[in-house]
Amino acid sequence: MLNALLAMAAIAIVLGAVLGFAAIKFRTEGNPLVDKIDAILPQTQCGQCSYPGCKPYATAIAAGDADINRCPPGGEEGIQKLADLLGVEFKPFGGDTAAPKAKSVAFIEENTCIGCTLCIQACPVDAISGAAKQMHTIIAAECTGCELCVAPCPVDCIDMLVIEEKITNWKWKYPVYALAPVEAAGVAQ
Amino acid sequence: MSKLYHFHGGIHPPSNKTQSTQRPIACAPLPSKLVIPFHQHVGNRAKPIVQIGDHVLKGQKIGQSEGQLSSAVHASTSGTVTAIDMQLVAHHSGLPDLCVTLIPDGKDEWITHNGVDYQQTSHSELRHLLRKAGVVGLGGAVFPSDLKTDARHQKITTLILNGAECEPYISCDDMLMRERALEIIRGAEIMRFMLDAAEVLIGIEDNKPEAIRAMQLAAASSGDKMKVIVVPTIYPGGGAKQLMRVLTGIEVAAGVRSTEKGVQCFNVATALTIYRAIQFGEPLLSRIVTVAGNVRQAQNFEALIGTPIDELVALCEALADTNGYIMGGPMMGMPLPGVHVPVVKATNCIIASSKKLFPPPPPAMPCIRCTRCVDVCPAELQPQDLFWFAQSKEFGRAQEFNLFDCIECGACSYVCPSHIPLVQFYRFAKSEIRVREHDKQLADQARERHEYREHRIEREKLERAERLAAKEKSAQPAVIESLTPQQQVELATLEASRAHIRELAKSEVEHTVESPGN
Amino acid sequence: MFFSPFISKPDSVAQIMLKVLLAMLPGIALYVWYFGPAILVSITLASITALGTEALMLKLRHRPIMPFLKDNSALLTAWLLALSIPPLAPWWMIVVGTAFAIAIAKHLYGGLGNNLFNPAMVGYAVLIISFPMQMTQWIAPHGLGQVELGFFDQLEYIFFSRLPNSVSLDAVTMATPLDTLKTHLHLDQSVPQILGMPIFGQLGGHGSEMVAWGFLFGGLYLLAARIISWHIPVAYLVTLFFIAAIFHLADPHHYAAPLFHWYSGAAILGAFFILTDPVSSPTTNKGKLIYAAGAALLTYLIRVFGGFPDGVAFATLLMNICVPLIVLYTQPKVFGKKDQGLDKKNKVVKP
Repeated sequence: MLNALLAMAAIAIVLGAVLGFAAIKFRTEGNPLVDKIDAILPQTQCGQCSYPGCKPYATAIAAGDADINRCPPGGEEGIQKLADLLGVEFKPFGGDTAAPKAKSVAFIEENTCIGCTLCIQACPVDAISGAAKQMHTIIAAECTGCELCVAPCPVDCIDMLVIEEKITNWKWKYPVYALAPVEAAGVAQ
Repeated sequence: MSKLYHFHGGIHPPSNKTQSTQRPIACAPLPSKLVIPFHQHVGNRAKPIVQIGDHVLKGQKIGQSEGQLSSAVHASTSGTVTAIDMQLVAHHSGLPDLCVTLIPDGKDEWITHNGVDYQQTSHSELRHLLRKAGVVGLGGAVFPSDLKTDARHQKITTLILNGAECEPYISCDDMLMRERALEIIRGAEIMRFMLDAAEVLIGIEDNKPEAIRAMQLAAASSGDKMKVIVVPTIYPGGGAKQLMRVLTGIEVAAGVRSTEKGVQCFNVATALTIYRAIQFGEPLLSRIVTVAGNVRQAQNFEALIGTPIDELVALCEALADTNGYIMGGPMMGMPLPGVHVPVVKATNCIIASSKKLFPPPPPAMPCIRCTRCVDVCPAELQPQDLFWFAQSKEFGRAQEFNLFDCIECGACSYVCPSHIPLVQFYRFAKSEIRVREHDKQLADQARERHEYREHRIEREKLERAERLAAKEKSAQPAVIESLTPQQQVELATLEASRAHIRELAKSEVEHTVESPGN
Repeated sequence: MFFSPFISKPDSVAQIMLKVLLAMLPGIALYVWYFGPAILVSITLASITALGTEALMLKLRHRPIMPFLKDNSALLTAWLLALSIPPLAPWWMIVVGTAFAIAIAKHLYGGLGNNLFNPAMVGYAVLIISFPMQMTQWIAPHGLGQVELGFFDQLEYIFFSRLPNSVSLDAVTMATPLDTLKTHLHLDQSVPQILGMPIFGQLGGHGSEMVAWGFLFGGLYLLAARIISWHIPVAYLVTLFFIAAIFHLADPHHYAAPLFHWYSGAAILGAFFILTDPVSSPTTNKGKLIYAAGAALLTYLIRVFGGFPDGVAFATLLMNICVPLIVLYTQPKVFGKKDQGLDKKNKVVKP
């Protein structure tokens, strides 16, 4: 009788310890799915998906409220990655979503800028420096090309410049065969 | 004779070297103009420090190194700067890059320069001198030599001088060793001093008997710490990693520095340049270039950096059916985007190509997994699997299969019976992976900045609310009692005048608001 | 513009396949010597069918036709299949088997380089499952049959199933040595007893053992020409030898000697020509050894304990399934990463 009780107690303690350990060791902060989706999104924070940023869109996808084909900066590859992550079918871009554009950065025409700070307030990643009545400028390295600063500018001094191919950012192209016998070469393009 | 090790794979393409070793190295005449790119090395582009119209002297610095990983650029002769603009350069992309155009004045007038006695100079000063002289590796990688001679963090036991020169057609190192062996050995002594290395091993492939003899003779004067070692001829036995393996048995994987294993490797031409930079204070202004291929008489030239290749090739008379130029060898070289492209620090060889010499590859067939590529791969990779992953853009899998250990030697493409442009696929996959990693970094940065901004806006809102609350609190006359009677009177008059002003302002506003209606 | 390397070895898929075809010629010559010219008819028939099916499939798949027709791979499939089935099999069997091999086993998997299974063995499997009767009617070797058919008689039988008057089918055909052995073992005869029958020769079957010598000779040529590596043939033959030796030593009355297993059936042909098909075999050296050893084990089990006369085809197909897994688990360590474990140890020792 006593042995049985002791054994039961020992098992209870061991299992309890294991459960407790697992609870600490494998604890997840927040919703891991949202973070995984957010990691795929390009973080332009452009709002073209009709959500106020990448995280809210990720949250909406995770909750099943939004489609995976609403992110133009992520391109079709982004959709494919989301489809793979969520185990759903690939969907081409929908009718109401803008088509993907070439990657670009904003540029402020500094002679025209009146220093109104409206663009600074609009920039989701704090990539514009300047102060009231002072000329503003874009920190090109931080700019995500979201275009959110273009509309608020009262004097239309912000242009979106497509990033040109230079030696520093050039990359090798997909090799083209003399004769394309392998299906993957054509399909993957 | 010390024990030699063996590396896996390798091929024996026809070497075609003897055509260019019949005549001694010639000094190329001063060209009509020099085009000197600011980016001839691994790392950041040098910053121009001259202006259009400036007259510069031979050896004058025209490009300042920028950042840690960068190198200086010098005027190869005296003359006038006529342009600083984008010009076609030797690059796989065929895109232009920033260059100085220099019209020589024909005087070849040196800037004052003097050397130092290296044994009386500190290591850091020597490294500084190399950096100032724009010395980079001349074997093809063009890595700044001042960084490679830094032995502060690791103990270097073996210094390897690479005189293997395994690529077909190229003979510039061979001729250099034949004719200037002593200067190479002097350079090696300086490097050994800087690295504090115990021994120097000079690896030369056995198809260069004259160079081996000359180097052995020169090395004999340096005692037994300097050894010339004859290695078997096999491509890519002149790859730094492969030569290290053959001479020391040490294997260095991708992403690992050879210095961590106590080995450092330099090209023989770099040794000579280091010697001239330290002993005479001469910056890197010229190099030996093999001109070969579809030409009447192949030969090696000492050419100024910036010499347009068409002027150089003209000295050898390209044959009529020449259809382009290749910089480097036929295995790893790059096709040049134009005939005016300048000789740069990395230019070891210019090959005139023709349809007969390098016929276009036959149509590619599917991979039949015959594993001939596996048999020849010096990095012991599975080229057919890497090809499969690169082709289907499974970049993660490609990385798992050690894509970045590929040295792009081209041995796999050379033997492929299906004639698949394998190396092209690896280059594509590597560059795609690099871009993705860069984009990922940018995205993470943007996410962080965005989250910080949200956080800041939230905090500012909170702070404003707190300030407002605090203000309201201070507006209450809680402290009036503690003031002296006199102060209280002052406060009261102040309040009264404020009230008056408020009254006035209000009436004015009312007035202005009403006025349009009237 | 094209990129480096600008030079390449003058070699091609077509040349590799052609060399394999050439290597089969000694075996085929001996086949003709011992079994009559019927085999040449089936090889020709299979070749025509293979090329036709290949062209049709390429057209349907919108691929360029000529480069693939000239690559000789369809011919190789055709020859291997023709050599695996009885020479007197009716013409439509050859056609059905070859067409199936090329259309289904090769092109539906993506064509040259993409087939998971050896197409010839798929064709063989389809035939032996669908037409087991015809697949066991092997021609009797020279000097053993009651009646020997001339070339035109053989042709007439292949195309019209007509035999000369007063000749019965049993008079010209025989079971294979492996089949004979199996049947007689069931009749409680012992191996030495059975091997005394005239159908058996020195090592394997009378005649067929000489054909095996022919293929061995061709296989050695392939090794010397570096078309195939030693791994698969050596691992296959050695494993087969060892398994057969173990059983033979344990009970010589029930289990034939190892060399018998080498020289009967398609063991030699399989070791050098079938299992070595690069597309459907592993790419790693270690993988090749495992693959071939597995195939040898299966061959023996199917031959001795299974219901089919020979096991090479099914052993090949079964091992084909395992190839991706074998390759994945036999990845060799790459340059500079072989001593990673050692390195860590070294770091602990060194201060």
